[in-house]
Amino acid sequence: MIRLERVTWLTGKALRIMTLLFALCVISFVLLSYSPIDPVQAYVGADMMRVSSQQREQISEYWGLNKPPLERFVRWGRALIHGDLGVSMIFRSPVRDVIKDRFAASLALMAAAWFFSGIIGFVMGVTAGMNQGRWLDRILKWYCLTLASTPTFWLGLLLVMVFSVWLGWFPVGLGVPAGQLSEDVTIWNRVNHLILPALTLSIIGVANIALHTRQKLIDVLKSDYILFARAKGKHGVQLLWQHGLRNIMLPAITLQFASFSELFGGSVLAEQVFSYPGLGNATVQAGLRGDLPLLLGIVLFSALFVFSGNLMADLIYLVVDPRITEATTL
Amino acid sequence: MLSIIDLSISFTQYRTGLRQKTMAAVSNLNLSVAAGEILALVGSSGSGKSLLAHAILGILPSNATMTGALVFKGEPLTPERQRALRGRDMALIPQTVNSLDPLMRAGAQVRTSVRNGKGRAVQKNMFERFGLTSRDARRYPFQLSGGMARRVLVSSALASGARLIIADEPTPGLHHQVAQETLTQLRELADQGCAVMLITHDMGTALGVADQIAVLYAGTVVEICPSSDFKDQGHLLRHPYSRALWRALPENEFHPISGSQPLQDYLPSGCLFEPRCEAGTSLCKNERPELRELRSGKVRCVHAS
Repeated sequence: MIRLERVTWLTGKALRIMTLLFALCVISFVLLSYSPIDPVQAYVGADMMRVSSQQREQISEYWGLNKPPLERFVRWGRALIHGDLGVSMIFRSPVRDVIKDRFAASLALMAAAWFFSGIIGFVMGVTAGMNQGRWLDRILKWYCLTLASTPTFWLGLLLVMVFSVWLGWFPVGLGVPAGQLSEDVTIWNRVNHLILPALTLSIIGVANIALHTRQKLIDVLKSDYILFARAKGKHGVQLLWQHGLRNIMLPAITLQFASFSELFGGSVLAEQVFSYPGLGNATVQAGLRGDLPLLLGIVLFSALFVFSGNLMADLIYLVVDPRITEATTL
Repeated sequence: MLSIIDLSISFTQYRTGLRQKTMAAVSNLNLSVAAGEILALVGSSGSGKSLLAHAILGILPSNATMTGALVFKGEPLTPERQRALRGRDMALIPQTVNSLDPLMRAGAQVRTSVRNGKGRAVQKNMFERFGLTSRDARRYPFQLSGGMARRVLVSSALASGARLIIADEPTPGLHHQVAQETLTQLRELADQGCAVMLITHDMGTALGVADQIAVLYAGTVVEICPSSDFKDQGHLLRHPYSRALWRALPENEFHPISGSQPLQDYLPSGCLFEPRCEAGTSLCKNERPELRELRSGKVRCVHAS
């Protein structure tokens, strides 16, 4: 019985991601084919004046841009099914490789931001909730609300100004030191370049989780079971540990996994500010320069990324929440 | 064991704008419960029964203001003492099954309230007494029926080994037999020297086990008497409201009185029961009567004899 339910659940999820991806393919393709940016012009760039119309047609021919959109879509889709995402026009290498390289850089950034914003945000939320109405709570709440309304790029610029320009502690941008041979780049170089963008993303990320955790803890503290636990003589940290944490942990975990989309969106902006060579940076370039294959590849990949975050949240619930795990074993 | 002297509990609420409104939920309440006896607090909903329980344990909400005095085992029950004693010397059987932590196994919840002896042994013993299995101990509250959840709550309070048990409506939703078992349990505890305060709106439950009955009306005690006084036409009762309660029972005359309990923010300035009382006079209207001794009981009525 249980097995069967799990199988149906998984099939449902699989169907959902497939339809989602298909719809995404169609919509992005249509949007991009109506985009005012001429891919040939974007490809050639400043040399446009020196390229004859014949040459332009040849370029079009080479990329298959002169075919009707439907045919291009079918060809692209057929290649996609075989795992071929095409070749990026601006990087002149397979889209798959570009995404792989860029994502590896972004992953370090996003993982650091995700981890720190989760832990710090949760602790902040619990602290605020435990001290509801007192000055500590007010300060934390004010801080979070300010952060929640702070644009990522603005905070990034601010950090660059303070820590890179004035204090000179961290590099202004890029993923590795400029002008250094790639075999000479140390792990420390990479970490050093990662700190500011990761800090930007973490600082922005704590607001959401802190405010949600705070509210949830306040609700839990008002509940009948906390009242009863207090009647049993529990108080302070023991009360929080025995009855509070477990009940606020689940929503916090879900929220954190469901925030993959915001994380990705944030990384696009942060990477742009810091010229960090991650996936977000590639997205902006692909969009601005009309690199259709790369942009479509990134759209599909980011959809998968966000979807897997939500899926993980669901799976964790399945494992952690007894009301779901044991509901069928009654 | 416990004396409550002149206890009042009020709430401050903000109405439109910054106008504050004080609502008196419990006013000038006097009670005492001795070791070895069950005192039943009887009253309709909104008469301040649960609040009284929370006040004794010191777990009132923060917007509540409490005046008056509590004395436990001969010493004033200060907030510090309440904090130290609750769960150890005073235990609550709560009213709602939501009082169980939804993410904690039933057995574990009982074990956390054991103060003396081995948690597991005490919990097992309690569960056996209330017909709960070791499988039930591993269940989460959502897997328990309402009756089972109530039995877990009762076990939890009794597992503490407290000397003062405050049972806030422990029986509704229980199977008749289990309800009876719970009451028998409370009786046994009292016979062993505990003091039991049984809060209920069910006169039948109260009369079955209690030694003393305190009748609550609009947040104050109108009469305290031996439960044996509730008999026949209620001619032994001292207060018109107690008599009205008694006569309203289906097995007696099934005769209700008109009107309703006054709202907490519109309490009459005189006797709280005067608007509904047949014997009310202008004296009742103007002055709130004190609780006075009468025939081995107490009453808050100037006309009682």
